[in-house]
Amino acid sequence: MTLATIEAEQGLRAALALDPAGVVATIRESGMKGRGGAGFPTGLKWQLAAEAVAPDGVRYVVCNADEGEPGTFKDRVLLAELPDLVFEGMTIGGYAIGSHEGICYLRGEYVYLLADLEACLERRRAAGLLGPDVAGSGFAFDITIHLGSGAYVCGEETALIESLEGRRGEPRNRPPFPVVSGFRGAPTVVNNVETFAWAAAILARGADWFAHIGTDRSTGPKLLSVSGDVQRPGVYEFPLGVSIAEVIEAAGGHDAKAAIVGGAAGTCVPARDFGRAISYEDVSTGGAVIVVGPWRDLLEVAENLQWFFANESCGQCTPCRVGNVKLLEGIRALRRGELTVQQLEDMVSLGQTMRIASKCGLGQAAPNVLLSIIENYRSEVLGHIPVGAR
Amino acid sequence: MITLPAEVEAANAGLIEAIDDLVAEYGDDRSALIPILQALRQQRRQISDVAMQVVADRLGIPPVDVQGVVTFYHFLDTTPTGTHVIHLCRTISCAMAGMGAIAARLEHELGISFGETTPDGLFTLSWANCIGMCDAPPALLLNRQALARVTPDQVSELVLGLRAEVSGMIGA
Amino acid sequence: MTTTLRLGTPGMPGGPAVTSTSVTVTVDGHEVEVPVGSTILEAAEKAGRRIPTLCHHPDLPDVGVCRICVVEVTGQRALQASCAYPITTPIEIQTYSRRVRQARQTIVDLMLAEHCGSCQTCGRNGNCELQDLAAEYGSDHFRFGQRTEPTRLFDTFGPSIRRDMNKCVHCLRCIRTCAELQGVGALGVIGRGDSTTMSPYLTLPISDVVCINCGQCINRCPTGALQEVDNTDDVWRAIEDPTKHVVIQTAPAPRAAMGEEFGLPPGTPVTWQLNSALRELGFDKVFDTNFSADLTIIEEGTELLVRLYENLVLGDHGRPVPQFTSCSPGWIKYLEHKYPEFAPNLSSCKSPQQMFGALIKTWYAQKNGLDPADVVSVSLMPCTAKKFEAHRPEMTDSGFPDVDVSLTTRELGRMIRELGIRLPDLPESDFDDPFGTASGSGVIFGATGGVMEAALRTVVELVTGGKVEDLFDHADITPVRGFEETRYAEITLPDTLGPVPPLLAHLVPDWDWLRGVTLKLAVVHGTANAQKVMEDIKAGGRFSECHFIEFMACPGGCLGGGGQPIPTSKEIRSARAKAIYGEDARYGETGRVRKSHENPAVLRVYEEFLTDGPCGHTSHHLLHTTYTPRGAFIATPSMTVPATTNATTNAPTNGGAR
Ligand SMILES: Cc1cc2nc3c(=O)[nH]c(=O)nc-3n(C[C@H](O)[C@H](O)[C@H](O)COP(=O)(O)O)c2cc1C
Ligand code: SF4
Ligand code: SF4
Ligand code: SF4
Ligand code: FES
Repeated sequence: MTLATIEAEQGLRAALALDPAGVVATIRESGMKGRGGAGFPTGLKWQLAAEAVAPDGVRYVVCNADEGEPGTFKDRVLLAELPDLVFEGMTIGGYAIGSHEGICYLRGEYVYLLADLEACLERRRAAGLLGPDVAGSGFAFDITIHLGSGAYVCGEETALIESLEGRRGEPRNRPPFPVVSGFRGAPTVVNNVETFAWAAAILARGADWFAHIGTDRSTGPKLLSVSGDVQRPGVYEFPLGVSIAEVIEAAGGHDAKAAIVGGAAGTCVPARDFGRAISYEDVSTGGAVIVVGPWRDLLEVAENLQWFFANESCGQCTPCRVGNVKLLEGIRALRRGELTVQQLEDMVSLGQTMRIASKCGLGQAAPNVLLSIIENYRSEVLGHIPVGAR
Repeated sequence: MITLPAEVEAANAGLIEAIDDLVAEYGDDRSALIPILQALRQQRRQISDVAMQVVADRLGIPPVDVQGVVTFYHFLDTTPTGTHVIHLCRTISCAMAGMGAIAARLEHELGISFGETTPDGLFTLSWANCIGMCDAPPALLLNRQALARVTPDQVSELVLGLRAEVSGMIGA
Repeated sequence: MTTTLRLGTPGMPGGPAVTSTSVTVTVDGHEVEVPVGSTILEAAEKAGRRIPTLCHHPDLPDVGVCRICVVEVTGQRALQASCAYPITTPIEIQTYSRRVRQARQTIVDLMLAEHCGSCQTCGRNGNCELQDLAAEYGSDHFRFGQRTEPTRLFDTFGPSIRRDMNKCVHCLRCIRTCAELQGVGALGVIGRGDSTTMSPYLTLPISDVVCINCGQCINRCPTGALQEVDNTDDVWRAIEDPTKHVVIQTAPAPRAAMGEEFGLPPGTPVTWQLNSALRELGFDKVFDTNFSADLTIIEEGTELLVRLYENLVLGDHGRPVPQFTSCSPGWIKYLEHKYPEFAPNLSSCKSPQQMFGALIKTWYAQKNGLDPADVVSVSLMPCTAKKFEAHRPEMTDSGFPDVDVSLTTRELGRMIRELGIRLPDLPESDFDDPFGTASGSGVIFGATGGVMEAALRTVVELVTGGKVEDLFDHADITPVRGFEETRYAEITLPDTLGPVPPLLAHLVPDWDWLRGVTLKLAVVHGTANAQKVMEDIKAGGRFSECHFIEFMACPGGCLGGGGQPIPTSKEIRSARAKAIYGEDARYGETGRVRKSHENPAVLRVYEEFLTDGPCGHTSHHLLHTTYTPRGAFIATPSMTVPATTNATTNAPTNGGAR
């Protein structure tokens, strides 16, 4: 893993030698897009936060360690093995946007990592890498860890902020975006764990190094969490643009029928499309690749994931709160052979509406896997519909 | 400050003191709500009615808002849990790797269904959505520590071991 | 005569600064200029496009959760909720497209799938926003099914509010109303995902939690999920029972709004037609609550003067200053829960509804040779909290419930419709004696600031011996009128004052101590604003120096009450206010009295019945009351709490026992 080879604090020292705008420029030049899934250019995000009006001069850097996407576990591995690099990246981010306070939102399921992470922060404070005078530069920055309490939607950045403020994790309307008005109304940068780690690496190795890996629009290496019907599930690093086939091959998947790329919120890619690339311009992912073996019933997979969304929906907006239940009921009826073609069409139309009318990314992504299964395996799906109901 | 009926106050003196300590530690800003609730849940295995009302009072928010938060998050709950809490992951990678057999074995060994606590108060059995252990499925959280690649037999041993631990303690 | 008058709102931050910069928005090809920060919904309205809404309400901050108002914003993949999208840069919007149409249809179908209840048996049939949307989007079948079995709480336990959560469409309006507009927080969102419900704490009946029965949530619910407890059957039964003598008193605020129940524009007064309708319905007598409003003013004004005398002259602080008005039962319960230690500040006067009730069961029954047990006293009120008030155990000083049934404007509207009467077409007729005469001061009780203005008209004249008109044109004390959240006014009394009128001679020896004194007054409506004022008082701020404060639980005062016709908005409330002040002015134009202490009917009560004068013994027994410090603790079934712990009646120092 490249990240394991980055020399400690090299990125931080390089950053502190530049002015904050120079750090933002470096990240922009690297072309890095967020590693959490949405793929927003990180440099631009930092720039917007740095330029946003901060009433009391307060800005926040938040590390999104809520990693709840089914099939994703690379942030867990990073936090367990390279926590210093992640905190170094947050410190660099703080310097770049003029923030003195970092918050790491650690998902409740990872509470067992908490003690080690706190110890790591303590070490960094003792080493002068956090605190009133980071590495002798005069820049003050510290990090606290906030533990989640079990809610997938809190990975959504505005829900995460609501949760930090002591509320139900219900996503906010955007605009305003967190870079303008986030935690406690202050400009807030929310980035994924991996994004911060790569930010430290980019400062250490240079924007060029990063920009030359991957494709034009999807630069740099990416950590992928590979699971499902493979012999060697685990975290893999590939340059973006890698084909799905290569990833499955590396993890030891044979005769796979499909791959769910991007987790529950992703898409079901059939074997015939395994040549497609994992990148922001083709099949985009926050890192999850769930391989589905040839003997599996895809509708069973769809049912499991739809239940997940129905259970994890925050429940505030109509399309997601009611829509997920209706899709789940539909899948169950389909599997029992009790759905008509008209009802299947209604489900597709419902899914399309959820995609564009839900308030946040959860509801917008919730129908993805089902819709891609219906689209890519149409005859298999129609096979579940009794002849009389077609 | 809220005035509790004398007998409610007397019956909950320890709880109220614990809440006031937590408020002193985390502050009385709304941001402190979830850390306070987490700590209460940890210390007392339950966030009771009185706890919610007192916390609400100390943070200056309506009690229904506290209940709203408690019922939003999986790891916060009003009902008391057992000494040991098992969260079995039911999401896709674990489901594909034999979660069903683990679930059946757990229910059989404990004699309860998911969402329930054993009558002796020793175990609570819960579902979890993806716990980020998809590389080592099926996985579960035992008292919030991850156990990977569990087999039905391991689960039986685990339950047996934890039961023995308790009876050992009583015997000692 | 020197009167200085200062206006202002001390210690309250003003509204958000209005920015003058504007931005160009293209709505369906038409360019419009809107102030920066306007929502897409507002821009579309300006461009003459109507976008359907559900969770949006003009009185509430937007949350953008129902998603019915989605539109296309050029350059964005997803549709955007127009109610919750503030415009800061020039954008291009399409209010309609294939995607928008499909989305709105689907969303309506999903709401219908979640909603359980049938229109034919619903109190909101014909006035329901979900029905309207279903009609507008041509829903012709339940595409995603229909729930037929109720699975959620139907709370019919309390005296005021009825909540059928099976009909709820999760718009969050009730919660925002209760938390943000009223500052009460009785309702919240419990659970998550599909199991989310709008609920009081621990899913208790709303009557068991800290709820003030104001009914503001009902006024903003788009469906029939929230309604008042329907007491129309009780009234029909009484009317149809020949052994009963059924009387009704009508308050001014419902009369200014009842027309809306019959399709008239807000602000069309129907007071005199309503009298005819009530007679057709079968009421034996139709009385005017304004009569007892005048009585309230005499009693409350007297109490204020005595309280000030005790405090300023005798140095007795048993009855503390400021005196708070007590005619809004929502406000009373709010104070009992949240500021019980301030109960002694409350005027001990019952509200006009209850004063009237007490007189009907005593004086009126005696005069007319009626057995009070056979008299059914009904009231028409703008208010759901009045139902609770009528049920209070304290309100039975006559030996009977002062008021048997309190109806809302909406309930009486239904009764009149049921009879097939078209209200606006009826001839006008007068109120019945002996309570038919009222002053204009009684009328304006219905608007925020009205009690204060009425009290001032009386207090100033009692004290100065002169005319209010010398101080204020046409006796319109405009400084206390308006809709600002809190109004503060000062009136400095002249250096020469009149003699103490005979009516009060037994209470105060002279007015010398009031010479040149500046009376500090405030008017507050909406309990969220009341909370700010109470906190200011607790902190020793400017409001703590006031002598008299009018509090009304509902935004706009009674005319915005929780029993008034639906919908409600600032515009509708100010139209109703115009009707009310118009009625008051009409009293002046037609040469009738506009000041409570000049009301001959009220003076007659003091001559014939309350012979020991205002705040005298009889009056204390019948017209004054005590309060119940309730506190914020919610006793739940899981706790064993003796009933007495929560219901200690702690009388203010001037309680009825005096
Ligand atoms: C339902 C939902 C869950 C999400 N969960 C996560 C998560 O667990 N971790 C994460 O980094 N981003 C998650 N995101 C994306 C965040 O909203 C946000 O885009 C991201 O943290 C930005 O970081 P990045 O730009 O570094 O990727 C989630 C989004 C949605 C809609
Ligand atoms: S899409 Fe789902 S998770 Fe997102 S706001 Fe709507 S209900 Fe909540
Ligand atoms: S009646 Fe008033 S206090 Fe009670 S829930 Fe409704 S808005 Fe809140
Ligand atoms: S009860 Fe009425 S106002 Fe409240 S959320 Fe439901 S539909 Fe909306
Ligand atoms: S009216 Fe805009 S989302 Fe409900």
